[in-house]
Amino acid sequence: MAAQGRTTVRERASVAGRVVLAAGGGYGVAALATALLSLTLPMARSEAVATATLLSFAVMAGIVVLVFSTRTLLRALLTVGGAALVLGALLWLAMGGSRP
Amino acid sequence: MKASFRQSMAWLHTWSGLIVGWVLFAIFVTGTASYYRPDISRWMRPEFTQVEPVDAAALGAAAERAVAHLGQHAAKARTWFIGLPQADKPVLDLFWRTRPGEPPGHVLLDPRTGAEAAVRDTQGGDFLYRFHFELHMPPLWGRWVVGLCAMIMLVALISGIVTHKRIFADFFTFRRDKAPRRSWLDAHNVTGVLALPFHLMITYTGIVTLATFYMPWGVTAAYKGNAQAFFSEASWITTPRPPANRPAALAPVGPMVERARAARPEPLERLMIVNPGDANATVVAVFEEPHGLSHEHPQIAFDGVSGEILEVRDGGLKPAAKTFTVMTGLHEGHFAGPLLRLLFFLCGLMGCAMVATGVVLWSLARLPKAGERPFLGLRLVQALNVGSIAGLPAAVAVYFLANRLLPLDLAGREQWEIRAFFGAWIVAALVPLARPQRRAWCEELAAVSVLCLAVVAADLLTIPDHPLRLGGGDPLFAWFDAAMLLLAALFALAARKMLRYEAPKRDRARGAKPAPVTAPAASPARPPARRPEPTHA
Repeated sequence: MAAQGRTTVRERASVAGRVVLAAGGGYGVAALATALLSLTLPMARSEAVATATLLSFAVMAGIVVLVFSTRTLLRALLTVGGAALVLGALLWLAMGGSRP
Repeated sequence: MKASFRQSMAWLHTWSGLIVGWVLFAIFVTGTASYYRPDISRWMRPEFTQVEPVDAAALGAAAERAVAHLGQHAAKARTWFIGLPQADKPVLDLFWRTRPGEPPGHVLLDPRTGAEAAVRDTQGGDFLYRFHFELHMPPLWGRWVVGLCAMIMLVALISGIVTHKRIFADFFTFRRDKAPRRSWLDAHNVTGVLALPFHLMITYTGIVTLATFYMPWGVTAAYKGNAQAFFSEASWITTPRPPANRPAALAPVGPMVERARAARPEPLERLMIVNPGDANATVVAVFEEPHGLSHEHPQIAFDGVSGEILEVRDGGLKPAAKTFTVMTGLHEGHFAGPLLRLLFFLCGLMGCAMVATGVVLWSLARLPKAGERPFLGLRLVQALNVGSIAGLPAAVAVYFLANRLLPLDLAGREQWEIRAFFGAWIVAALVPLARPQRRAWCEELAAVSVLCLAVVAADLLTIPDHPLRLGGGDPLFAWFDAAMLLLAALFALAARKMLRYEAPKRDRARGAKPAPVTAPAASPARPPARRPEPTHA
């Protein structure tokens, strides 16, 4: 906070890190979730894609809020990274399963 | 963040709001104006009010003239778009793209002769509409910037809601006589909270209108990136047909227009001719939306060579696809009649006010104490606040003014109108950097007021059959000018407030004990700001 007077370099770096994590991680997780749901939701293909795409922005907003409210940057990084890994693995399975 | 959830959200709200505030303000203003895009376009092309609307029976012949023109001037284009004459826009509106990177072609034709329409060269309301989501940048860049801002707006809304302790009480809280910052905070809360459903709806649905552009990964995964296949499977468009790469003459479109008109009650809005001159040419007739929330145009696809009907698209969307189109429909508000449209417009204005009060609040919360020098960032924010909140309305007024005052035969007139818009905006953004903050506010608000009056004066002077001159004529001009007068009065009032505003009040408030911490929306547990009062912004 600028109005708060002294801001340490460490705090600034933490904020910058969160911004990068929120933007990149948020979009990444939302994109993975969209792709995964598009392939796995039990409905017609176009419906699955439409549903997943409609939800994706709520997912992204949720991740951003999470990143900025988590106590430490490391914990936020682990949470988002973990979510991305799990989603990525499931997506890999889903895509492998879709190819005979 | 080493703080509570509410505190971290307050921080997020403050900074995300500031960073995109000015762009968001521009998006909100131009978007709000776009609720009246057809009216603005018509006002900016006064020649149209003197043209008799085209009879529906003559549409086929008009379409033939359009095709003849396109065959001559756009033979290589892959798709022709033909806007058919409407009651409020009695011309053929032709548009074509040859290949990516080349500027698209665009021309208005007289539907009765096929010659270029005698109408002033202007983008009309379309400029404001496109600015709303492309910011007059290359579309790809503009859309991403707007999408980013919209996403941050969504986050700012969510964090703003979390920041509120007593959101219901804030509906009814406006303390205009308290310390100025408190009034601004209340104004920010009232405009934000009262229209909150609208703000949430408009932000999310705004992102959804370009959803497959921002988030194409579902289409990538399930359709190997073939968006057209997705759109047609979702029943949004007729099935696309690839070119056969064999030449064949296009069948006359007149009979197709007749068949399309006979098939449906809605007025025919436009034709889309894909791969003209190819054996697989397709003519798609697109109708106006039937009444309802959902944004879906009924469509009929014809084989361009045989003239036979290939496919009829008429509703029957599955739930998720329907949700999509309803969200788009909600955003665009085509369904809204005059009163509901006015409500949308007022909600949009409240959005503008919410963003404006928000960025002003940021600078008020950081005013230097007596004897302190304002830091550079504060000075910049203050100047940008004036430059956007008063500067953009001034630029829009200058845009309207240019439409009336530029010579009709000026080459590239359309571009000059836009240059006038940006020229005015740049001046309005630079002047406050050199002026004392309060005087800058005062001067620019007054300037907007004068410019709005000038628009009315120019309208009266240049439109010979203005209803206020003859008592006849199109009432649109009277309505438009009335809106301008209202805006002029509003900005004049704001300028007067700024002039008469008593600075000592703030000092009195500061001299007294710190303002009550129990105020709604102030976050009591926040770390002390530079000033003793609790700060929300």
